[in-house]
Amino acid sequence: MAAAAELTLLEKSLGLSKGNKYSAQGERQIPVLQTNNGPSLTGLTTIAAHLVKQANKEYLLGSTAEEKAIVQQWLEYRVTRVDGHSNKEDIRTLLKDLNSYLEDKVYLTGYNFTLADILLYYGLHRFIVSIVSFFSVMFRMIFL
Amino acid sequence: MRLFVSEGAPGSLPVLAAAGRAQGRAELLISTVGPEECVVPFLTRPKVPVLQLDSGNYLFSTSAICRYFFLLSGWEQDDLTNQWLEWEATELQPALSAALYYLVVQGKKGEDVLGPVRRALTHIDQSLSRRSCPFLAGETESLADVVLWGALYPLLQDPAYLPEELGALHSWFQTLSSQEPCQRAAETVLKQQGVLALRPYLQKQPQPGSFEGRAVSNEPEEEELATLSEEEITMAVTAWEKGLESLPPLRPQQNPVLPVPGERNVLITSALPYVNNVPHLGNIIGCVLSADVFARYSRLRQWNTLYLCGTDEYGTATETKAMEEGLTPQEICDKYHAIHANIYRWFNISFDIFGRTTTPQQTKITQDIFQRLLTRGFVLEDTVEQLRCERCARFLADRFVEGVCPFCGYEEARGDQCDKCGKLINAIELKKPQCKVCRSCPVVKSSRHLFLDLPKLEKRLEEWLGKTLPGSDWTPNARFIIRSWLRDGLKPRCITRDLKWGTPVPLEGFEDKVFYVWFDATIGYLSITANYTDQWERWWKNPEQVNLYQFMAKDNVPFHGLVFPCSALGAEDNYTLVSHLIATEYLNYEDGKFSKSRGVGVFGDMAQDTGIPADIWRFYLLYIRPEGQDSAFSWTDMLLKNNSELLNNLGNFINRAGMFVSKFFGGYVPEMVLTSDDRRLVAHVTLELQHYHQLLEKVRIREALRSILTISRHGNQYIQVNEAWKRIKGSEADRQRAGTVTGLAVNIAALLSVMLQPYMPTVSATIQAQLQLPLPACSILLTNFLCTLPAGHQIGTVSPLFQKLENDQIESLRQRFGGGQAQVPPMPAVVEAAATAAPRQVQVLMDEVARQGNIVRELKAQKADKNQVAAEVAKLLDLKKQLALAEGKPLETPKGKKKK
Repeated sequence: MAAAAELTLLEKSLGLSKGNKYSAQGERQIPVLQTNNGPSLTGLTTIAAHLVKQANKEYLLGSTAEEKAIVQQWLEYRVTRVDGHSNKEDIRTLLKDLNSYLEDKVYLTGYNFTLADILLYYGLHRFIVSIVSFFSVMFRMIFL
Repeated sequence: MRLFVSEGAPGSLPVLAAAGRAQGRAELLISTVGPEECVVPFLTRPKVPVLQLDSGNYLFSTSAICRYFFLLSGWEQDDLTNQWLEWEATELQPALSAALYYLVVQGKKGEDVLGPVRRALTHIDQSLSRRSCPFLAGETESLADVVLWGALYPLLQDPAYLPEELGALHSWFQTLSSQEPCQRAAETVLKQQGVLALRPYLQKQPQPGSFEGRAVSNEPEEEELATLSEEEITMAVTAWEKGLESLPPLRPQQNPVLPVPGERNVLITSALPYVNNVPHLGNIIGCVLSADVFARYSRLRQWNTLYLCGTDEYGTATETKAMEEGLTPQEICDKYHAIHANIYRWFNISFDIFGRTTTPQQTKITQDIFQRLLTRGFVLEDTVEQLRCERCARFLADRFVEGVCPFCGYEEARGDQCDKCGKLINAIELKKPQCKVCRSCPVVKSSRHLFLDLPKLEKRLEEWLGKTLPGSDWTPNARFIIRSWLRDGLKPRCITRDLKWGTPVPLEGFEDKVFYVWFDATIGYLSITANYTDQWERWWKNPEQVNLYQFMAKDNVPFHGLVFPCSALGAEDNYTLVSHLIATEYLNYEDGKFSKSRGVGVFGDMAQDTGIPADIWRFYLLYIRPEGQDSAFSWTDMLLKNNSELLNNLGNFINRAGMFVSKFFGGYVPEMVLTSDDRRLVAHVTLELQHYHQLLEKVRIREALRSILTISRHGNQYIQVNEAWKRIKGSEADRQRAGTVTGLAVNIAALLSVMLQPYMPTVSATIQAQLQLPLPACSILLTNFLCTLPAGHQIGTVSPLFQKLENDQIESLRQRFGGGQAQVPPMPAVVEAAATAAPRQVQVLMDEVARQGNIVRELKAQKADKNQVAAEVAKLLDLKKQLALAEGKPLETPKGKKKK
């Protein structure tokens, strides 16, 4: 899924009515958002966090310092590891790690659903579908 | 909470600095673990630093740990910080890991290290200077600064990797480095050993591989729509309305072109290609084509321009080649000079002069400079030990000796380098040396030589550089190379050689010697000009009135930036010295290097046989010009750029704009009534045009090409949004609107044709003919966007400009140039070298080898039966053997690893 489409989807699920237009930059098609009252914002997770604030749903970024840091950590994981994977072996390791991390958790921060869950879900969607052993994670994520 | 670190792990730097800055290190327990220890239970691969929180959770991302410390101290997250940290993780880190790995683990230096990160460093510098804030996210130091500082510190603490021209980055970095938490973190992690402290950790890490692809990726630069003020819009529209009137009269063509007092006189040189080889695409983009773009641009600006180049013809290599081909050096030069000239003509290079160095003028000027240096005491004499073949009665240049490698015992090591172990060899150290010509054993003899006393000239050079460099457009790599030479101190350089093919040395006792090409090749520019006009000194002894731009690949920088200036300064004859030294990095071919001997890559003379027009080659080479970092020629990318940028973007826009005029308005440009959206577009185009000028004035050729594509993208959007093709069928108001959109679009197309002229001269002329653009508008480019096709102007016949490149076409070209050429030498030179068989027979065999090679490849691709493949391979080997015999070559076993 292209980043712009992903952000549009996110806007919808956040209940933002006025859709933004995104341009894409460079070979990796990094999304750029031109805001009305300031400089443009570049980068998937940066824009996503901005949209969350726009929708007044800051709780999706975590409530405590610890949660906030964890949310950002997984957002970074999404754009560096999930998007940056290079081969099957990497994907396997990545899914194994996530599975083991989530073994005793409902969501990435523990019990609270956050932006990290949404973006990781979007990011994994394309290669997770085929992997049955990962069904449990999918399940939790789909029935947010 | 507990922090796990590892000796030499670079991530410790920002984490410790952030802890010190925001949280206080006192509450932190620090454990040191081995680089391969898995601290985080759920991660398969080891990762440090890691922060284990009291809740039992782990933070394993360096930025997240730093963020956590800042959050604990009450800091609030903001968009700008998030953006910097996301950029750091996705863009900076991959580049930086590659650079650190090259530097620390592989021991590389200079541009090899700086290349991968240069763009990221420039991005930081530009952001800092554009926002004119001392820190990344505002007036005070914050999380983004600490994270980026920590990432960059290991590299930038060595001043060699903190480019001087990035002033804003420089002061930002110094400010942070001087702060206490940062200082302490740096001491703890680097332990005063500098970047080498990272070695124990980095050695254990896999080589960052993914960056290679990115380093050479040819992605477009940022395209940000700037916000425009009302004044800017009004000014742009006023200029637009003035139209053709604002064009000054055309400069009359002069012959010869000479400097004119009071004008901007631009002298442009391209590095002189060495005559004995056919240039490859990398050579072409490196100097000749780059200089051509600038020369054409300079003429569009109506600057008084002289562009010259020529073949560099003296030296050992020519003598060797002459021997190989059984010709005299002069015949070799004549032959290859013509080959070069043809190639550049095909590429549409607009030389005013394309000369050569083997002329009486060259001898006269070189000897004059030498005499002046000699009488002023800048020439030394010394003896050098060299191999001499008594039978041939001459000293042997490195290439004329073969022997046993003193390091690895390889039998056929050359006098300068061993092909097997790659080590550099001093010719007199070769065991069992042999003269390549007569196969007799040479003896070590000493020979007297002349040296240019560079140490004595160093001070003058530095003074001159001190005056020239600031504010000039020397490329960063050129500055870097000159700086490192000066840092190591200059040494006397030998300027004579025991050769026949060269400029004679006018000194008693040196009658059988010539000047080393290294001393006299750069004097070639002067002599080539002198062959063009007897008033050559008006260009070359006129530093006050002449702006000298010299284009070259970076390996040529020392000769142009150091040796020639030293000779010229020492000669004290008021020579014009380089004002702007423009050096490119290297162009690779697909995943490797161009290689004549392995037949890898596209060479100048083959480009014509691909069926792809010269302008498309020009466009793609300029699009990937190794500006700031190495880049790579890739067939797939060329197809992609042709089909997306040229066909779908540029070609589509220009064609639609013209077609609308023909189809809807009978070929006459319609009336234009600009709405506020149109006025805004005029201003945006003007702004982009000005950006293009700024870039080209600084010779940032690759970047300026992006401006052209950006304008045409704006144009496409404009047509798309305004749906002229629908409105033309609507009400009177709609029809008028369609007219305005069409008129403005076709004027943008006209502007693009002029901006494109330096890059794609033939396409530019085609567009201008299609649009019947008035002559002065074709030849002059102002800084404002003008209405050059006013209402009522009649255009010509419009037709498509570009052709689609197809996958199978490109695939077959890729195979043709992918290395198989070694077996099928395409050069006529090789055919002529065949002494024992008629060239025809060789050609027939070559064709058969090629055919058989294809059969084998196809079988392998189809995964055919092994025995069948083996049989065909045997046939192929047999054919190759016959070919080698026919060519009179010894049978070779394939050398080294060959890429498929």
